[in-house]
Amino acid sequence: MSGVVPDVRAKDTILATTDASQLKGETGMVERPRARWLPFSPWHFLLMPVAIIMLVPLVWVVVTSLETLAQTQHFPPILWPGSFQWNNYPRAWSSVPFGRWFVNTTIVTSVVVASNLVFCALAAYGFARIRFFGKNVAYFFLLATLLIPIQVVIIPTFLIVKQMHLINTLGALIVPNLANVFGIFLLTQFFRTLPIELEEAARIDGASRLKVLFRIVLPLSLPALATLAVIQFLWTWNDFLWPLVTIYKESAFTLQLGLQSFQGSHVNDTNLLMAGNVMSMMPMLILFIAAQRYFVRGIATQGLKG
Amino acid sequence: MAVATRQQTGAPGFARRVLTSDHVAGWLFVLPAVFLIALFSIFPIIWGFILSLQKASLISPNRPFVGFDNYTHIASDPLARQAAVNAVIYTCLFVPTSIILALFLSIAMNQKIRLIRFYRLAVFIPVAVSTIATGVMFMWVFDSTFGLANWALGTVGIGPFGWFDSPQGAMPSLVIMTVWGWLGFDAIIYLAALQGVPHELVEAASVDGASRWSTFRRVTLPLLGPATLLLVVWSTISAVQLFDEVFLITHGGPLGRTSVPVYYIYKLAFTSSYGFGAAGYAAALAYVLFVVILILTLVQFWLGNRVVHYSS
Repeated sequence: MSGVVPDVRAKDTILATTDASQLKGETGMVERPRARWLPFSPWHFLLMPVAIIMLVPLVWVVVTSLETLAQTQHFPPILWPGSFQWNNYPRAWSSVPFGRWFVNTTIVTSVVVASNLVFCALAAYGFARIRFFGKNVAYFFLLATLLIPIQVVIIPTFLIVKQMHLINTLGALIVPNLANVFGIFLLTQFFRTLPIELEEAARIDGASRLKVLFRIVLPLSLPALATLAVIQFLWTWNDFLWPLVTIYKESAFTLQLGLQSFQGSHVNDTNLLMAGNVMSMMPMLILFIAAQRYFVRGIATQGLKG
Repeated sequence: MAVATRQQTGAPGFARRVLTSDHVAGWLFVLPAVFLIALFSIFPIIWGFILSLQKASLISPNRPFVGFDNYTHIASDPLARQAAVNAVIYTCLFVPTSIILALFLSIAMNQKIRLIRFYRLAVFIPVAVSTIATGVMFMWVFDSTFGLANWALGTVGIGPFGWFDSPQGAMPSLVIMTVWGWLGFDAIIYLAALQGVPHELVEAASVDGASRWSTFRRVTLPLLGPATLLLVVWSTISAVQLFDEVFLITHGGPLGRTSVPVYYIYKLAFTSSYGFGAAGYAAALAYVLFVVILILTLVQFWLGNRVVHYSS
């Protein structure tokens, strides 16, 4: 460290004492001529229109959800309704079993998230910390399954779940998703970065491996666990194809299935449809804004796994 | 203490030693997850192949073997060919568009300027919106009669378009919608990669007299190679598996222009369109799709690794 700092200072003094314009290479950096002709950064010219394009559809859904049916069937579109039809929301809520679908989705998502945290943490601890016969082969096979998308194994998986008599039950959505490879990978990588000395000391003091995992490793891994939890939450909450093929009964629908069927039955009630859409998006949007850091980290880690 | 116990129990014998060994402990830890993943990922891949050799239906337990008939049938099935062509069109439009847009956006979003948190949130937020909610939203925005898009484009003299309703417009509309949905994901991966670009390298380049553009081209862009490769592979895999939006919005139409492989497989196996009786044929198609995805991924990584420079 101490060797580096004086060097940097020396460079700084050179920059300070030399007339920047004399050095060909400095001009781009020191003067920044492009920033001069505007009171703000030119990057805003790119980012502001993009941000507006990204947000307009969402805002438009909210605006439409507060209009009367007549207002939605008007061209040019009415961008700002004079009075807001707040009762579109209770009307949409009571026209189909939205409440039931919320409960179903919440049950499925919480069970899947919780079980993934437990099973992936157990497996990751085994892979990160214990030397056992066949470990590398098992880990390799697990990682290889990342290349198998659900879409291409959906028929045999459907038959397995059918054999288990889970069709039309929430179990069909829970059981196949109790553990996933991404979670094992994420936690294994994270556990490997933890200092092993603490765990070894606890082992010597007589703590069992489970105790070490739950008392020492997991409390140190809260950021990784939070990342896994929000990503798993996102996947499970928004899943569509698998619920579509395993759930036919309206009372067992998830929110995504429900929204799709609501769309089918209310094609022309655009205001109610958009109110339903807003309600279906709300929980995830709130969670996303509250835990943006963990979502971003989770997605960046998904990037790492390739 | 643990050491003492192990020494004491060492004597009683082999069985005890095995049970307390690291091998057993290790397997006990990984077994629940390994079992679940073997059952729901590895086993279906094997069973899927067996099904593809059968004349199978999801409602009847009677599944006679037919050899490779299902596979030879694919070659002469115009609907399978149409699905493949549509998948190629969609992938070729979606992958470059989303990645190039995300690249420029993430560079802009990596600047320290005002409102940057707002910009990031605006680009990331579709990540949290489900495909179905996105679909319901864009069906309304792209409505050919009352839609916001036709009105906004009309004010600058473009359009009106038929969007999802028109044979020419349906596929591009799907592309625009899915780019909207994926941009945040791609941008997050690029931003993570950009933040891994060593500051000294960029500074060194500009001290050495490189312009901003050539610093970007010669220093930053090569360092984004691994992220780009990953996004190409990832976006291709997800593009080939497009389903939710097609199911919700276009049902493969108009005129079959958006019928994509997973949608065709779904219809064959899970709907009455083909009498629920084509699960074996659908499994064969799914297996071909799996092999295609596998080959695409390997080829992309192989090509990519010859071009991409890894810093570590």
